[in-house]
Amino acid sequence: MMARNLITATLAWLRKDVRAALSLGFLLALVLLAATAPLIAPYPITTQDIDNTLAGPSAAHLLGTDDLGRDVFSRMVHGAAATLYASALAVGIAVLLGLPVGLLAGYSGGWVDDSISRFIDALLSFPSIVLAIAVTGALGIGLTNGMVAVGIVFSPQLARLVRARALVVRQELYVDASRCFGASTARILWRHVLPNTVQPVIVQVTLLLAAALLAEASLSFLGLGIQPPNPSWGSMLARAYQNMELAPEQMYAPGLAILLTALAFNTLGESLRVALDPTNKQR
Amino acid sequence: MLTASRLRVVRRRLLQALPVLVLATFVVFGLLKLMPGDIAITLAGENATEARIHEIRELYGLNRPFLVQYGSWLLNAVQFDLSKSLANGEPVAQSIARAFPNTLLIVVLAMGVALGLGIPLGMLAASRPDGLRDRVVTSVASLGIAVPSFWLAMLLVAWFALDRGWFPATGAVPLKDSIPKALHHAILPALALAAGGVAEVSRQLRSSLVEILASPQVRTLRAKGLSANVILWKHGLKNASVNLLTVATLLFNRLLAATVVVEAVFAIPGMGNLIVNAALTRDLPVVQGVVFVMVLVVISVNLAADLLYTVLDPRIA
Repeated sequence: MMARNLITATLAWLRKDVRAALSLGFLLALVLLAATAPLIAPYPITTQDIDNTLAGPSAAHLLGTDDLGRDVFSRMVHGAAATLYASALAVGIAVLLGLPVGLLAGYSGGWVDDSISRFIDALLSFPSIVLAIAVTGALGIGLTNGMVAVGIVFSPQLARLVRARALVVRQELYVDASRCFGASTARILWRHVLPNTVQPVIVQVTLLLAAALLAEASLSFLGLGIQPPNPSWGSMLARAYQNMELAPEQMYAPGLAILLTALAFNTLGESLRVALDPTNKQR
Repeated sequence: MLTASRLRVVRRRLLQALPVLVLATFVVFGLLKLMPGDIAITLAGENATEARIHEIRELYGLNRPFLVQYGSWLLNAVQFDLSKSLANGEPVAQSIARAFPNTLLIVVLAMGVALGLGIPLGMLAASRPDGLRDRVVTSVASLGIAVPSFWLAMLLVAWFALDRGWFPATGAVPLKDSIPKALHHAILPALALAAGGVAEVSRQLRSSLVEILASPQVRTLRAKGLSANVILWKHGLKNASVNLLTVATLLFNRLLAATVVVEAVFAIPGMGNLIVNAALTRDLPVVQGVVFVMVLVVISVNLAADLLYTVLDPRIA
């Protein structure tokens, strides 16, 4: 029953909000593309067409070939998988770290809240990608390490958000009542505080996915993320950069892909913010 | 200007910044502990001699307890002794002193562009919410936020440096050598960096102006017969200034981060270049030094902004 309500409400929302519907459609198509990458990509990522490097679009190579004669379209499709995996990994880690810490700080209050909040402030003082680069430097370079670093760096943003919500919910009458009936802290957090943080967290997660995507692209562009021969859109831009004088058009496909995907995540996030806002009467 | 109450505010802000600063240095030092395996062997690299490993162990005092290590590191760091690069033996503070002005130049320029374009665009959009101009500004702003700054940098290089030769494609010239040349080199990187900032500033200013312009206070001004322009410029902007300061502070932090990747595109020998090369070769003292200086700058800027708030808004004390 509840599930059906949720589906009806979602469909009604998407019908009214064209931009959200387009973004969601684009992202779902991208996920599908990434999941079926080996079936869709006409060539494996390492197949070289040596006589045909830095070629323009043709029937054999839809988006042309790179400097090693590899099919750009195939690498874009496989790159989508790497890029989405990386973004999801980073945001997953941010949620796993940020959510419990934020709940703890907001619900406990007092010195626990004070010390956690100062620590969050300290982490937020670091320019994000710089800290991610530093953590990657310490952990060792590679896509997974890089995105773990990005996840760590993003977690204080979520922690702060969840803390603020928990701080409000803690003082609600129904939480008091629950406490009077002898509910344990764990139960109150799970039953009352956590559900109240879900909506802002969903919005923030959607926006963070865009930020993680850009972070992955940056790290891979710098050579700190995905390692060759595996492609991600960021590392494809790094190759395009090296061949910029010979074939400047190499930079268009990966860059546009990053731009459109980040745009879709951001648009969806902003739409969700409006749709999930309890003070918004129009929903 | 400096009344007793304001001095109190200054003192309190300084005291609040202190724990943040200490925790931040803790994080910078803690980077060392993230390294897997025996840190000394990892840092010494492959085929390192026993003597080299021993030297690194001594350098970091790896045999001593964690807090003692942190204490002695911090004591050196506050005197800007950031130890030496493992790669070339140059004192880290010296490399940073050379790199930082290059980074600061493009960040400050980008900040100027972001505010100089973002504020008028935000006002334009807010002057008639949901009008055509508002829609154009808002849509372009969403593009500006989503575009990867280093990709924009590559496009600018391809179009304006390689194709037309209006600007140099790579490198930087220090300001003290030649101001026109330094600016000529810095314009493209600053523009690439500023795009996201212009979008951010115009969007935030628009939303706070829209709110202010819809307030009863502004309705009264309108009833008094004040022109829309006077209301927007005088009352709107004045009331939005506190918000604008918050946006500018956050923007500075973000630009400092984004410059790292943009510097790579233009091969600018700045902080970004320093930390990226150090991260690639696991030159941890350099990594720590760059992060330390950057976080120091961000915390100082935040502090300065906190103090400015009390000037802009007398209610904040």
